Amino acid sequence: MAINWFKYSAPSTFYGLIGKLVPWFAWSSAILFTIGFYIGFFVAPTDAQQSEAYRIIFIHVPASIMSMFIYLVMAGYAALGLIFNTRLSSMMASALAPTGALFAFISLWTGALWGKPMWGTWWVWDARLTSELILLFLYLGFIALHASIDDPRRADRASALLAIIGSVNVPIIYFSVKWWNTLHQGATIKFTGTSMHAAMQQAMFIVLVACWFYAIAVALTRVRSIILERERNNQWVSELPEVRS
Amino acid sequence: MNWGEFFAMKGYGLYVWGSYGVTLLIFIAEILLVRHKRTLTLRQLRLLRDAENEE
Repeated sequence: MAINWFKYSAPSTFYGLIGKLVPWFAWSSAILFTIGFYIGFFVAPTDAQQSEAYRIIFIHVPASIMSMFIYLVMAGYAALGLIFNTRLSSMMASALAPTGALFAFISLWTGALWGKPMWGTWWVWDARLTSELILLFLYLGFIALHASIDDPRRADRASALLAIIGSVNVPIIYFSVKWWNTLHQGATIKFTGTSMHAAMQQAMFIVLVACWFYAIAVALTRVRSIILERERNNQWVSELPEVRS
Repeated sequence: MNWGEFFAMKGYGLYVWGSYGVTLLIFIAEILLVRHKRTLTLRQLRLLRDAENEE
């Protein structure tokens, strides 16, 4: 079956396609969150060292992974928009930034609430925590820079540059626990596998997929509004049933 | 295990539920915001169209 993928790079076709996809991602995400947290709270055993406090891991690790992953996807879209001058890629980058920023915030917030009982402090200026905080600032910088330039295409180009340069921070976050002596424990998920209990691993992985679907659902809903806003002078927008009514 | 014990989380309740509670609030807020933005965008497009039709 030959699919013309370029067809979906046109905002008009993409808008219609993602409108159909969003409910599927949203419902799959809700179901996976329920299963993941059920396993995390009722199946996974109490940790020998950290007692029940460790259960923060089921949101902390997925949120942290998402904050880094979304940044790379955002920077990738921004780069595509910069190189090939495709409007839609830049719109995708703009749509991903707020969700990525929220995941970075959740990572820091849950980390602080985990750090307090385990390390005795909400925050330390340690390599892992500081580089994650920089990630949050990079997201906020991207959003602020884009919003501060009136011409959307120029805003796309300027913020794309920021996103691309900022992406060096992502490997720094990941390897920070290796490169520096930090209070933060080593990587939970390594390229060589993990040493966690099976149910803990399952719960974390299912919540990660749930977060992934959640991010797709909200970012696609957001990009649909951005498409409408920026393509409003095109014929196809005025012909949409939701605009005509 | 009863529910009181479950919510107490062996004394770590504040930290565990503080983590999940804020995450839940953020998700709900974000969902409401993207939906609100869609409503606003559609309303704006209709207003623009009506303004053009009047001209």
